[in-house]
Amino acid sequence: MSTRQFGARVQRNEDDRLIRGKGRYVDDIPLEGALHGVFARSNVAHAKITRLDVSRAAALPGVLKVYTHEDLGSLDMKMPLLIPHPCITHGRTQYPLARDEVFYVGQAIAFVVAVDRYVAEDAALLIDVEYETLPVEIDLRRAAEPGAPLVHADVPGNIAANLVQESGDVASAFAKADHITSITVHCERSTAAPMECLATAARWDEVSGELTVWDGTQAPIGLRGALASLFDLDEHAVRVIAPDVGGGFGPKIHFPYANEVLVPLAAREFGRPVKWIEDRSENFVHMTHERLQIHDIELAATRDGIVLGLRDRFLHDTGAFIPYGIAVAQVASCQIAGPYRIPNILVEFSCVYTPTVPVTPYRGCGRPQANFAIERAMDQLADELGLDRFEIRRRNFIQPEEFPYTRPNLIFADGLPVTHDSGEYEQALRALMDALDVDAFKADQQAALEQGRYLGLGLSFYVEGTGLGPYEGGHVRVHPITGKVFVNTGLTTQGQGHATVFAQIVSDQLGVAVEDVIVVEGDTGVYDWGVGTFASRAAVVSGSAVHKAAVLARKQLIDAAANMLEANPDDIELSDGRAFVAGSGVDGVTLAEIATASNPLRYAFNKAAERATQFAPAARSDGPPLAEGAHPGIEATDYYAPPHATWAYGVHGAIVEVDPMTYGIKIHRYVCVHDCGNMINPMIVEGQIAGGVAQGMGGAFYEKLEYDEDGALRNASFMDFLIPYATEIPHVEMIHQETPSPLNPLGIKGVGEAGTIPVAQVIASAIEDALRPLEIAPIRKVPLSPSLLHSYVTEAGLRK
Amino acid sequence: MKPSAFRYALPSTLRDAIDIRARFEDSVILAGGQSLIPTMNFRLANPEVVIDLRKLDELNYVRVADGVVRIGAMARQRVVEQNDEVAAANPLIRETLLNVAHPVIRNRGTVGGSLAHADPSAELPTLLTTMRGAITVCGPSGRRTIAAEDFFEFIFTTAMEPDELLVEAAIPALEPGEGWAFAEFARRHGDYSVAGVAVTLKLGADRRIDRVRLGACGIATTPALLTECERFLTGKSPSPELFAEAGTLARDAVTVSDDSATSKVYRQHVLAGLVARNLTTAMTRTDGA
Repeated sequence: MSTRQFGARVQRNEDDRLIRGKGRYVDDIPLEGALHGVFARSNVAHAKITRLDVSRAAALPGVLKVYTHEDLGSLDMKMPLLIPHPCITHGRTQYPLARDEVFYVGQAIAFVVAVDRYVAEDAALLIDVEYETLPVEIDLRRAAEPGAPLVHADVPGNIAANLVQESGDVASAFAKADHITSITVHCERSTAAPMECLATAARWDEVSGELTVWDGTQAPIGLRGALASLFDLDEHAVRVIAPDVGGGFGPKIHFPYANEVLVPLAAREFGRPVKWIEDRSENFVHMTHERLQIHDIELAATRDGIVLGLRDRFLHDTGAFIPYGIAVAQVASCQIAGPYRIPNILVEFSCVYTPTVPVTPYRGCGRPQANFAIERAMDQLADELGLDRFEIRRRNFIQPEEFPYTRPNLIFADGLPVTHDSGEYEQALRALMDALDVDAFKADQQAALEQGRYLGLGLSFYVEGTGLGPYEGGHVRVHPITGKVFVNTGLTTQGQGHATVFAQIVSDQLGVAVEDVIVVEGDTGVYDWGVGTFASRAAVVSGSAVHKAAVLARKQLIDAAANMLEANPDDIELSDGRAFVAGSGVDGVTLAEIATASNPLRYAFNKAAERATQFAPAARSDGPPLAEGAHPGIEATDYYAPPHATWAYGVHGAIVEVDPMTYGIKIHRYVCVHDCGNMINPMIVEGQIAGGVAQGMGGAFYEKLEYDEDGALRNASFMDFLIPYATEIPHVEMIHQETPSPLNPLGIKGVGEAGTIPVAQVIASAIEDALRPLEIAPIRKVPLSPSLLHSYVTEAGLRK
Repeated sequence: MKPSAFRYALPSTLRDAIDIRARFEDSVILAGGQSLIPTMNFRLANPEVVIDLRKLDELNYVRVADGVVRIGAMARQRVVEQNDEVAAANPLIRETLLNVAHPVIRNRGTVGGSLAHADPSAELPTLLTTMRGAITVCGPSGRRTIAAEDFFEFIFTTAMEPDELLVEAAIPALEPGEGWAFAEFARRHGDYSVAGVAVTLKLGADRRIDRVRLGACGIATTPALLTECERFLTGKSPSPELFAEAGTLARDAVTVSDDSATSKVYRQHVLAGLVARNLTTAMTRTDGA
């Protein structure tokens, strides 16, 4: 047990249960007599509702009620705008159920409650709706142009928010430059496609008056706050539980979705549990989307490739509403300069309403788009200046001695200026060059070309501001009977491995086995201080809080053990679930015994408890059984609030081959060098990166939600919206670099989103490199389908 | 994604199945369910009666005799794929099946179901057509056998009468020394392809092409026979140039137009490449190649 668990490849505590199919998701919660809800949704993008008649649906046997907005009473109100920001001049959020107007295909119009899902679906088809359709503009660029049809009649130009941030003096930088490069890049709209769609179940306890909601959310504490406010209840009367959740990836941080309002409402009205389980068809048009941005980016450089200034103006598609504020656009704007020094930055964005599903963060949260913009621009700058792609990056890196490196006035999502805290960027780039053997590759590429084969190398360097505040808490308690350690945070887990990494942190402090640390999260009835799981922050913020709480608990254990063993606290060692005097060769006392002894008892409910009862010799004291200021048991809570975000980074590279017969891409090698500070568990870090890379591959090759010009989503199924299978994901070679963050006690940085960020650029630059002999136009868009590549090559041929 | 209410029939003989089919105009046949069930869950199909054929052991067989592979309609694709006798008689069958979706789908999917569904993007209809196989159907007035070339009429449309069930697919064995190949290109492993090509190739004593069969999926409203290519190749000496020319010739067989992910010219390009590549593969598998 003296082995340090932090940093070890510990098997995951949660896997045994999850792999055996013993996970418990919302739909698995046994709720006797539960009713089932189904939403009726708009099938037109923008229209006035001229008639809404639910009488046929309501009359169907088995239907208890069909709710429309008229049935919602005080809940017939606009849902909150979760992250207000002064630049949001025209913030619009939706009602739980549409009133007289719909704004996107998929917007909820009515909610059917029936005895089972089948009947509810039958009934939803019997709802009669008539629309007076309004003109729409789906194209992001055109939607932002004067004269475009308006999504909201009172929002001129469809602009929800506009923000300009300048760090340094961009005009003079551009005036001084030898060379200016400008490009436009385009990333498509996608969806996170978690394996488990959204889900809500609710029950009101008639006796206690309490509302319990099981919900696949990333933010149970926030959702509890919203529900207590909406239903006008004391917070203690609302318990939100996120049980096992089958993937989150961002969209589940948003709340309240209409289901999170309607399901509790119906449960109250009928005095029966109600559940609503989103199906895949619905998920495509209901759960929030992300990714569509168009960047016009310019770099001003010296002839040696030193970038003096950057100007980026981008459009961010926020869909029909902006419930999560400018988060995605703001995050994109703050990583636009990547790992580069670039002292002068002007970045401006507009959040544009389009009549489509609302947009909130999806793994990466604007960073993949920003990375695509800056890294495509760096490639082009290198090309234009005749410099090597690796060399131009090297010349612009922030150097190790320059940290902390602040970009004044470029305000990140935590309300503070961007400040890169630590890193070894050049070392990472070298590690990639060595791993790919760049010089040898150039020879291979030439040799292959002579055989008619097209090999290319691509790379992308990314940075990621992680571990946002405001804060998280950690609670640690030693169970007096079993000696196991109970740990809680205010987060939820959707597969990240919290039950393992937090256990590792605690294990090191308390000297217990990792499997004897029980982590319970996602239940406001257990612990309810905190924010939620997003922004690659769990390890950084909650991990640090758990660590601080464990340090406090360790001190309690040592003091109590010293007292019991009549030893000096400095001589007490904690190991194998026991406290003993170091070097004494004596067994000492177990954690259970210490915890029991620390809790003055009246009743000897078990053998160990006898020792803590009033008349036991060990418990005798002159003063009160608990000294002033002391508390019973071994228990501690502490909090961690980061001073600002901590910046992880990495560089990915790939060697790909384009088959000129099919334009299929074979990825011969994919190498990832990354640095997330000190790693708690390298195996989990690797899992996070591999999963992120897989989602990045989706963005690079497949994922595009296709709205037609009328605003219908044409590929709302897994038949038509492609995400990569495991068979499409190459082996990812990983190289770990660990530059501790100076900002938190464990020196860690976030890694949850990292893998996703650079992939589109890696693939685009590799394909561009491979097809260079065919003189294709530069790649400025993802996803890249084989048919699209074929058209690029054909067009290049026609130009010749 | 729940189907609307339907009545469920589980006949245990073909006779019963045909009777039930005749009684209910608005009925569908459930074989492996790999297309029907999603269609019903999407409520694109709302049949009154579902007739499940899974108890029909009389349709669950694979036999090789007299130079013909006979596959009962309810034989699972995976079973046929793993049947060594079938692979020995006609290795193109196994190679084609390996391109049908994924193993879990082939575990449930039936040969008869795929043929009756008549999706021109699917591999099995193309296999039958290319091989000039035959499909036997059975209705109230008895059995009849239809040449595969005549069986597939349009997307999801066959020459079967509404009261008939598909009972058997017959595929000729390859002759000794005859080469074969099936390959397709899909954006993801196991997806319906941009195009797929089936080939058999037999050389004569003079090393010229004695017989070639060429068919393709994913390019037209039915499985496509590339008869012009076949005519062009027959009697000629195989060479890379000849195969490339055949590929070019095949392009005209593409009749589907652009869709959002795949342009027609790209599909033609892939088809041409596959034809040449598969002819080359088949050539290497001919006797004495």
